[in-house]
Amino acid sequence: MSILINKDTRVITQGMTGKVGQFHTFHCKQYANGANCFVAGVNPKKAGEDFEGIPVYASVLDAKKATGATVSVIYVPPAGAAAAIDEAVEAELDLVICITEGVPVHDMLKTRYKMQGKKTILIGPNCPGLITPDEIKIGIMPGHIHKKGRIGVVSRSGTLTYEAVGQLSALGYGQSSCVGIGGDPINGLKHIDVLKLFNEDPETDAVIMVGEIGGTDEEECARWIKDHMKKPVVGFIAGVTAPPGKRMGHAGAIISGGQGGANEKLAVMEECGIHITRNPAEMGRTMAKVLKG
Amino acid sequence: MKIHEYQGKEILREFGVPTPRGSACFSVDEAVEAAKKLGGSVWVVKAQIHAGGRGKGGGVKVAKSMDEVRSFAQQILGMQLKTHQTGPEGQTVRRLLVEEGAQIVKELYVGMVVDRASQRVALLASSEGGMEIEEVAKHTPEKIHTVRIDPTTGLTEAEASKVARDIGIPDVANAQAVKVLQGLYRAFVEKDAMLAEINPLIVTADNRVVALDAKFNFDSNALYRRPEIVAMRDLDEEDPAEIEASKFDLSYIQLDGNIGCLVNGAGLAMATMDIIKLYGGSPANFLDVGGGATTEKVTEAFKLMLKNPNLKAILVNIFGGIMRCDVIAEGVVAAAREVHLNVPLVVRLEGTNVDLGKKILADSGLPIISGNDMADAAQKVVAAAKGK
Repeated sequence: MSILINKDTRVITQGMTGKVGQFHTFHCKQYANGANCFVAGVNPKKAGEDFEGIPVYASVLDAKKATGATVSVIYVPPAGAAAAIDEAVEAELDLVICITEGVPVHDMLKTRYKMQGKKTILIGPNCPGLITPDEIKIGIMPGHIHKKGRIGVVSRSGTLTYEAVGQLSALGYGQSSCVGIGGDPINGLKHIDVLKLFNEDPETDAVIMVGEIGGTDEEECARWIKDHMKKPVVGFIAGVTAPPGKRMGHAGAIISGGQGGANEKLAVMEECGIHITRNPAEMGRTMAKVLKG
Repeated sequence: MKIHEYQGKEILREFGVPTPRGSACFSVDEAVEAAKKLGGSVWVVKAQIHAGGRGKGGGVKVAKSMDEVRSFAQQILGMQLKTHQTGPEGQTVRRLLVEEGAQIVKELYVGMVVDRASQRVALLASSEGGMEIEEVAKHTPEKIHTVRIDPTTGLTEAEASKVARDIGIPDVANAQAVKVLQGLYRAFVEKDAMLAEINPLIVTADNRVVALDAKFNFDSNALYRRPEIVAMRDLDEEDPAEIEASKFDLSYIQLDGNIGCLVNGAGLAMATMDIIKLYGGSPANFLDVGGGATTEKVTEAFKLMLKNPNLKAILVNIFGGIMRCDVIAEGVVAAAREVHLNVPLVVRLEGTNVDLGKKILADSGLPIISGNDMADAAQKVVAAAKGK
């Protein structure tokens, strides 16, 4: 098992016909069971056409009806990305993953408001996507660094997720699922939501949680872990050296109003029983130590 | 993106929020002219820089005669204004705002932010105006009143009216305060702001509610649809290196250390700074080259780092992902040749085609130090920066 997605998941790609969409759809289709998983694309102007044998439909709803797909991934450019999420939510998909970077915050505020009470789960925007190794990859992460196994990974950052995964795989520890939740302040799943899923997943033994400066999501997650998590958690927070008031690349990565500093986050995580490391090169080894007791 | 106070006040007026009369001035003569045009007997001469704490730093003066307007304008224009937000070197004052004086009875705080936890716009208001809201939040959190605003209704009259009473605006001015708060909310949403503050919002002797200051920060991801905001950008207020970086779609922030970092991805870039510090070094910058690190982008990134006179060594840390390491290696080699690199360069590559990438670096004949993993690379660059 795994969380959120597996080899039987059927995926619609919104923005498949653009340059970025084509590139990543090609690689996702090649990974593990991808050829069976990626069943539809959406572009109102190109309905009836196909890309790499994947048919294009006029709308998410059409694509869902025709293929039975329940998940979508979005590569639509920033100005239209929130509307693409809205469309997937209205079509009542189970899960929508928005890869797009640079979506205006006020668009996301409106979209998140409209999602209240709806069944659809959102991951992103501005995220690498998620992967269940040897089954399915939805997003832009390099498939080959992953290895099937029993460690869950959740992170706000793309390449830092790859770093954690690379370290685990090099030490022989495979992953159950890896989720990139994205670096924007207004987004879908937070650390806490993904930790809850890993906690219930019988095929996940432990979790690496990678955070960064900005907001208080990691602290909130840590407090939940203290009271509810049945599995060991290893944690790292990027940005100990980041100066306050400077946005470190990600829209959400900023220390402001005395909140969101890395040291404060690490302190709360440690208090809550998370095995923290301050060295980003030690995430894998810290996990190995924890598992060996 | 930040703007000046006088520009923020223009936006506020557009949304029906009263501000003192005044105008922006670029010279001493303009300042005196502006004061004459305003009339009255009291004027405020305010330095316009993109940083708070201007009053404490000597950038805000109350003048009671034309001679004082002239001498304060002379003092402030061109000064290096140092505040807790400018850093120790301060910021050169190039613009002034000359305003009519106001008779202040009460000083209040109102602000708006995008609240991550509730995923809504939040109004923050306090009776403790003029102070830093962080300090109020820390010491007397009960004095901050918060409304998380429903985007379908906007800030309602009832909500605004209650907040106005909570922060001590007299009932006679309540209706005005409601207009101010609702105007601020509309400005915040319609201009794609990330942060807006009026500190202080004042009540005058004749019970008017007036915005005495205005601070805005806008969502850079939404600037494509806000040309009127882009037109307010003042490049003099921004770090030249950061402006140069943004032209090439690089995310760059100068820091005070001596080890340059070139990384793909914001999280890994921060982690690279952290690990340098952990091994006893000090990062000279944050630099995220993003997903598509082309030769051109890598070259520009090198040029930027080399402009820093403190630079002693460079660490390139790339997790190749879908981007192939051989392509990145070629970019690094071409860039290093073009810029005539004169500091030690440590490169750590990981991901697709990593062996080929390492071979390209080794065959280049350039004195590139190879890092096997992140820790090894960090230790090597720290040693190199110390001349070991």
